[in-house]
Amino acid sequence: MEKNKVIQVEGLTKNFGDFTAVNAITFDVKKGEIFGFLGANGAGKTTAMKMLIGISNPSSGKANVAGFDVQTEAEEIKKNIGYMSQKFALYDDLTVKENITFFGGIYGLSRKKIKEKSTLLIEELGLEKVANSLVGSLPLGWKQKISFSVSLIHDPKIVFLDEPTGGVDPITRRQFWELIYKAAHQGTTVFVTTHYMDEAEYCDRVSIMVNGKIEALDTPKKLKEQFNAEDMNDVFLKLARG
Amino acid sequence: MNTILFIIQKEFKQIFRNKGMLPIIFVMPLIQLIILSNAATFDVKNIKFGYVNHDHTSTSRALIEKFNASTYFNVLTNFPSEKLASQAMLNGEVDVVLEIPSYFERDFQKEKRSALGVTINAIDGAAAGIENVYVTQIIQSFNKDLKVNVSQYGQKQNQPIQITTIPSFWYNKTLNYKTFMVPGILVLLVTMITLFLSGMNIVREKEIGTLEQINVTPIKKSQFIIGKLFPFLVLGLAILSVGLLIAKLVFNVPMVGSLLLMYFYTSIYILVVLGIGLFISNYTDTQQQAMFIAWFFMVIFILMSGLFTPIESMPKWAQTITDFNPIKYFVEVLRMVMLKGSGFVDILPQLLKTLVFAIIMNGLAVWSYKKTN
Repeated sequence: MEKNKVIQVEGLTKNFGDFTAVNAITFDVKKGEIFGFLGANGAGKTTAMKMLIGISNPSSGKANVAGFDVQTEAEEIKKNIGYMSQKFALYDDLTVKENITFFGGIYGLSRKKIKEKSTLLIEELGLEKVANSLVGSLPLGWKQKISFSVSLIHDPKIVFLDEPTGGVDPITRRQFWELIYKAAHQGTTVFVTTHYMDEAEYCDRVSIMVNGKIEALDTPKKLKEQFNAEDMNDVFLKLARG
Repeated sequence: MNTILFIIQKEFKQIFRNKGMLPIIFVMPLIQLIILSNAATFDVKNIKFGYVNHDHTSTSRALIEKFNASTYFNVLTNFPSEKLASQAMLNGEVDVVLEIPSYFERDFQKEKRSALGVTINAIDGAAAGIENVYVTQIIQSFNKDLKVNVSQYGQKQNQPIQITTIPSFWYNKTLNYKTFMVPGILVLLVTMITLFLSGMNIVREKEIGTLEQINVTPIKKSQFIIGKLFPFLVLGLAILSVGLLIAKLVFNVPMVGSLLLMYFYTSIYILVVLGIGLFISNYTDTQQQAMFIAWFFMVIFILMSGLFTPIESMPKWAQTITDFNPIKYFVEVLRMVMLKGSGFVDILPQLLKTLVFAIIMNGLAVWSYKKTN
């Protein structure tokens, strides 16, 4: 593995019966990069991501994440990555603090470390007032931010975000991307899927998946030149429509 | 180890925070215990019958033949002494013991009356009562036959010949039916609550998406399963405690045996149930599915436990199935320990079988829980 490449994917494929959800995709992601993983609904983004985070076995192909093979060393990968699902996945019936404690605990952090982290995290997000409220009672935008911070609690090398800003207002989306930039700035590689093309512009590099295949991969600027498009939205429409 | 503690802490928080669930967990079982213990009823067949014949005459043999011919009694065992008969009853090999005294025939012909001893295992009070009626009926009919025989010999017989039986009910002297039912119902409640809660627990996390979040962490499968099981084990034992308290205070069920032994056995038993619950959880996608499958097992377990219908009355194939029913052993053990005061050695067969089930079910639960699909 080249030293600055934290994700290397080669011919990664996933079949569900006759249906090929992910069709031999090949790409790599550099350390500290914000990598946008775009595609229409059903293009295979989530399936591909699930293989990379070690909860779905590839049908064929190879992938190396944080230096470990997804087929044979999935549990090692899990120590080094964070994941935020498109479905909100914290416990609604636990408080903000309790959620942080729980996930810190199962990542093997010490009680002391968890305490430090949770104080810091709550302060950064400005959640002091609701730290002891049930997560279920908070607005979606806040939940997403907490969810993102929890996925970073064990200082992972790479964080995978599956449509992190779905259903969130523009202001919160903006704040969310500030958090993403901050994480990237601190050296965390960010692998993010999104449907918002303005968000795609924030990424260092973007890949666009169509029917299980990666049809385009470059910086937003170069993609726009290549497809002779005004913005990423245009690029996406040209590709997705075929 | 530390990781497990974090899971346990979280599970307990969720259980006690759920204001709707807590009363269901504790109040519902108690209402059921009080209602069901007063309601259920019985029928008795295939009574395991033994006798001690000190007389060895044609009359005594004719009496035994009479029992042999009855459809209610089977497995006729001839015990050489009362002591061996008592031992057999303690081991549950025989339900009714008829004791024919020496000189039974002589007394009968000379004094026109004779006494027989009948011992009935009355742990199942209702069954014992019915068994007593059957025994009395057979002896009365024998009495009548004999009268005819005697008169055929040409001896004038004006006085009725009297044979009286003196039953003595063991382990449940007053034939209190509730004494028998309460431990059984308690078994059901402990089983039901622990099975349903554990069965739906992991599925619930699947539904809300948190399971996926846990699967992307480096947590070990065994850590996760143990952390999930432990709170329900505690809950199961808490229900047992409340149930035992009710049994004592409301029904005045005797508790002859060791409480410690009861808790020890129950802990292993709950592990079996939790293993089944988690196994169901792993193979279902919604709480609804899990609920239906849990019910499927529950109904079979209950009806084939010997709680409402005696296992002895079941066809042979069904009896074989009951050997794989953990509830059957729990019912047996709880009744044995509570009513008979059976000790560790007495319940060892049940204990070992339950332990094997626990190992198999939890092995399956851990094996079938997949972090990667």
